Amino acid sequence: MAEVATTSPPTAPATPAGRPAPGGTRLRAVTGSYGFRLAVVALVAVAAAVGVLTYGNPAPPGSSGFWVIVRSRFTSVGTILVVAFCQGVATVVFHTVTNNRILTPSILGFDAMYRVIQTALVFLFGAGTLAATDGLGKIALQSLLMVGVASLLYGWLFTGTRANLHLLLLVGVVLGMGFGSLSTFMQRLLTPSEFDILSARLFGNISVSDASYLPWGALVCVVVGTVLWRRRHVLDVVALGRETATSLGVRHQREVLLTLVLVAVLISVSTSMVGPMTFFGFVVAMLTYQVVGTSRHARTLPMVVAVASATLLLAYFVLRHVFYAGGLVSVIIELGGGLVFLVHLLRKGLR
Amino acid sequence: MITLDGVAKTYGDVHALGPVDLEIPTGGVTALVGPNGAGKSTMLTIVGRLLGADAGRVTVGGLDVVTARPRELAKRLAILRQENHFVARLTVRQLVQLGRFPHSQGRITRDDEAAVDTALGFLDLVDLQHRFLDELSGGQRQRAYVAMVLAQDTEYVLLDEPLNNLDMQHAVSMMARLRRAADELGKTVVLVVHDINFASAYADQVVAMTEGRVRYVGTPREVMTDAVLSDVFATPVTVVEGPGYPLAVYYRA
Repeated sequence: MAEVATTSPPTAPATPAGRPAPGGTRLRAVTGSYGFRLAVVALVAVAAAVGVLTYGNPAPPGSSGFWVIVRSRFTSVGTILVVAFCQGVATVVFHTVTNNRILTPSILGFDAMYRVIQTALVFLFGAGTLAATDGLGKIALQSLLMVGVASLLYGWLFTGTRANLHLLLLVGVVLGMGFGSLSTFMQRLLTPSEFDILSARLFGNISVSDASYLPWGALVCVVVGTVLWRRRHVLDVVALGRETATSLGVRHQREVLLTLVLVAVLISVSTSMVGPMTFFGFVVAMLTYQVVGTSRHARTLPMVVAVASATLLLAYFVLRHVFYAGGLVSVIIELGGGLVFLVHLLRKGLR
Repeated sequence: MITLDGVAKTYGDVHALGPVDLEIPTGGVTALVGPNGAGKSTMLTIVGRLLGADAGRVTVGGLDVVTARPRELAKRLAILRQENHFVARLTVRQLVQLGRFPHSQGRITRDDEAAVDTALGFLDLVDLQHRFLDELSGGQRQRAYVAMVLAQDTEYVLLDEPLNNLDMQHAVSMMARLRRAADELGKTVVLVVHDINFASAYADQVVAMTEGRVRYVGTPREVMTDAVLSDVFATPVTVVEGPGYPLAVYYRA
């Protein structure tokens, strides 16, 4: 019996992959570092924000008229930041607790649910109640309703053993369509004046967003962001799946439900400010995973805020000041995002 | 000590387990063996509190697995299932660091790093520690999961078919490491194995199950007999003397 000589391949020196080799170029170490990437993305966002605020300002720089215009544009920038925060963070933590990277809260009909709840409120109680109870009380009530429905419906969907991605995608699409039809049906039955008040709520737009809502939206972002940031390590464990998380002493079901509630809050804030954005969250989450590399939430959460802000601000700047079509931002993002989503589905499948 | 007291489970109409009364002593390696559908994995996941029992009570080191605080329990008991699908992208070291979660709650201290280094060294993963999990072979990934479970530093370690999908070389080295974990680190290792001969070669105690019930409990020498194995596996089995431990031969009737 002849022994077949095996030539073992020369083992590469054990330099830990993903780390710069000792003595390697320092530039690579800097550009490869997380802090550098975060700084670059944040810088892009700041530059775009400055562009949005100052570009094409007819008043001479420094004059009082100049600052009046800048101040009026602050609302748009603020809105964009709040929306970017809501969509980006909601999508990343949603991916974590549902253990997938395809489905986003919007694709599963979270914002369609927001629309149906808004419509149902006007339909059942009349536009008067909505207009009369403006302010914190109304927002709290609406959010409570939204959170209740979302946690019941999606909590049931995601905590069962039937969490199958294909099924969920189907359920989400069907629910979204069902909610949409229900909203349309109720809107048909409204009086024109009620419909007018309702549509001001539903069809938000970055250029004409309601400034009075901005502080509340920002407050919600700060509160939810703080809660999620404090739970970032728990989220890392939850991302390992129910069984491993349970073995590590995390109450998995409770964490998933809590996170889904927070996601519902974020999505309702975003939808009420600028209307539905189905694929924006998907695109910025994808970009974030590419840029960050690892899945640790201490890294992905700050980065997704930066990426989402930069993307939305840039898109707004280009459309508003280059093409003079500021109202089309969400349309363009949805078109681009939808295409990316389709390409991703076709190339990688439901993974 | 792990005690099961009247534990039973049904899936719909299918009677999966029990009622089972069993005591697994502290220390050493206990192997759960039996044919497919005997309830081995069901029993293991109930003990590992991943699955609720319909009846009965399970205690691990005196803690009731259902009512104990999850964080306390996670310092005593770790369980690893055979399927570990998740989309998170982590390096081996990051995964093993997550094994420290019950102790660190995410804030890794120097003690945690030391435990991580020990676990990585124990499974011979030091060279691979900065590789991402999706860049590893199946056997290496399995080792990384076991390293995570060891880093959790629990007295009780439950493993559901840790040899699944491992070739001869990796299966042997995995069993040898688990044996060392019991001997050197003083852990109580309970595992489900399909290959009865691995149980014979490495286990201190063998629990043989069929149709949701525990049929035989004993040392490998006590359980490895023609009569017992033929009965448990419903196949003619001949036990022959191997190199220091009995071997079951069943390939041709």
